[in-house]
Amino acid sequence: MDVLLDNLSLFREGFYGTVKLTVVSALVAIVIGVVIAGCRVSPVLPLRIFGTAWVTLLRNTPLTLLFLVAFFVVPKVLYPDLDSFVLAVCACGFYTSAFVAEAVRSGINTVSLGQAEAARAIGLTFTQTMRLVVLPQATRNVVPPLSSIFIALTKNTAIAGAFDNTDLFNVSKTLSNEGYDIVMIFVWITLAYLIITYAINGLFRVLEHRLEVAR
Amino acid sequence: MSANVLFDAPGPKARVRNIIYTVIGSLAVIGGIVWIILRLNDKGEFDPDLWGIFNYSGIRQNILDSLVATLKVFALAGVLSLVFAVVLCVARLSEHRPVRWFAVAFIDLFRSIPLLITIFAFWVGLVGDMEPFWALVLGLTIYNGCVQAEVLRAGINAVPTGQKEAAYALGLRKTQVMATVLFPQAIRSMLPSIISQLVVTLKDTSLGFMILYPELLQSARLIANNTPVNGVYPFVQTVTVFGVIYISLCMILSGIATWLERRGRRAKTGIKVAAAAEPAAVAEIVDTAPDKK
Repeated sequence: MDVLLDNLSLFREGFYGTVKLTVVSALVAIVIGVVIAGCRVSPVLPLRIFGTAWVTLLRNTPLTLLFLVAFFVVPKVLYPDLDSFVLAVCACGFYTSAFVAEAVRSGINTVSLGQAEAARAIGLTFTQTMRLVVLPQATRNVVPPLSSIFIALTKNTAIAGAFDNTDLFNVSKTLSNEGYDIVMIFVWITLAYLIITYAINGLFRVLEHRLEVAR
Repeated sequence: MSANVLFDAPGPKARVRNIIYTVIGSLAVIGGIVWIILRLNDKGEFDPDLWGIFNYSGIRQNILDSLVATLKVFALAGVLSLVFAVVLCVARLSEHRPVRWFAVAFIDLFRSIPLLITIFAFWVGLVGDMEPFWALVLGLTIYNGCVQAEVLRAGINAVPTGQKEAAYALGLRKTQVMATVLFPQAIRSMLPSIISQLVVTLKDTSLGFMILYPELLQSARLIANNTPVNGVYPFVQTVTVFGVIYISLCMILSGIATWLERRGRRAKTGIKVAAAAEPAAVAEIVDTAPDKK
């Protein structure tokens, strides 16, 4: 109990850091992921190749490697003096974007062809077909996998803690260096992560429930 | 392109438009690549001296050693996690409530803690002193064991109930039903997912970087730090070389998963084969599926 009470402000900072990293990276991942998924289903060949290459490459890259690229290669080659938070968000966001892209693409693919054909047959335009028929169904299929992707993202942000970011892993490292018992640190850090992952889980349950239709 | 839910088959106008987009798209993609190459060239990263470090036999030996170190952890953690997964899965499906609850709690707990934190805690001394190697192996085993257990459970749940009932009707005991009827079918149907999770295990060996285990990325960092060429630290070069090694390893393994999935779909065994997607992301979906039906 002492570990938590003595270092409440540090824990709070770490918790806030993890949440901030997760939320910002999730937003980056959604934006890039949707664009890449768009590339992958587009009728333009080079974009399809680009999308496929992006997904295959990033899915087979360890996140630690991306962090090495972000922290040692990017500042040297592209932009020096970037904030470590921005670099961490790039690494986590890009990594997760590949998974988001896959989820979105398979979400679109599960909408059956007959739906679009029927929509066209009753005279809906392309935009109407998309807006009223295809995308609502695709969204419903994309939401459940997104939940587990973002929970995985939350856990992945721990790596950022080893690269100069204040987050829960960083806190556990600091406290363990200060000589506190690792068992108690572990318990409290675990609890903090459970809170975040359960919050994401609950949020997506609500979202899923709202999107649900009776069939 | 085949029929797609998003687009009609293109007519003459759309075909012209698609050609224009193709040109613009190619230019954008090629432009991006060229920009990065020019930028690297500007910073002198293509200097042959910087790449020459990979000619030193010492560095080659380092690369080989670290590759072996990574594969050693991967092999041990992979095998142990599968064994552990079978135990957890049996416990999870046990008819004894306390055993089942314990398994559920254990799986849920360790799946929601970041692996890095588990490994770090073992390394610092959660259960006594531990070498980085064993901390890494133990962390990977527990985390991946939990995920693989859920994958196996999803596979067992997907076996039609008639199979189990028939086996019991033949007079087989609980263990026999599990070992001879349910597990073989579950493993067969879940093999692509199991292998995909092994890819995750392989990728996660890179977490050894944080606890100073001399695996691929750690030795990449050491090489870059210790061999400055004309005052420049060859980070770009080492990250490229080690990245290519890592990514090829993972891609070979994912390739096997995809191949197994295709093969399973062609086979006429009547066993449905899971997608070769990463189960960490999929397990939960498979999980909730039976409840919804």
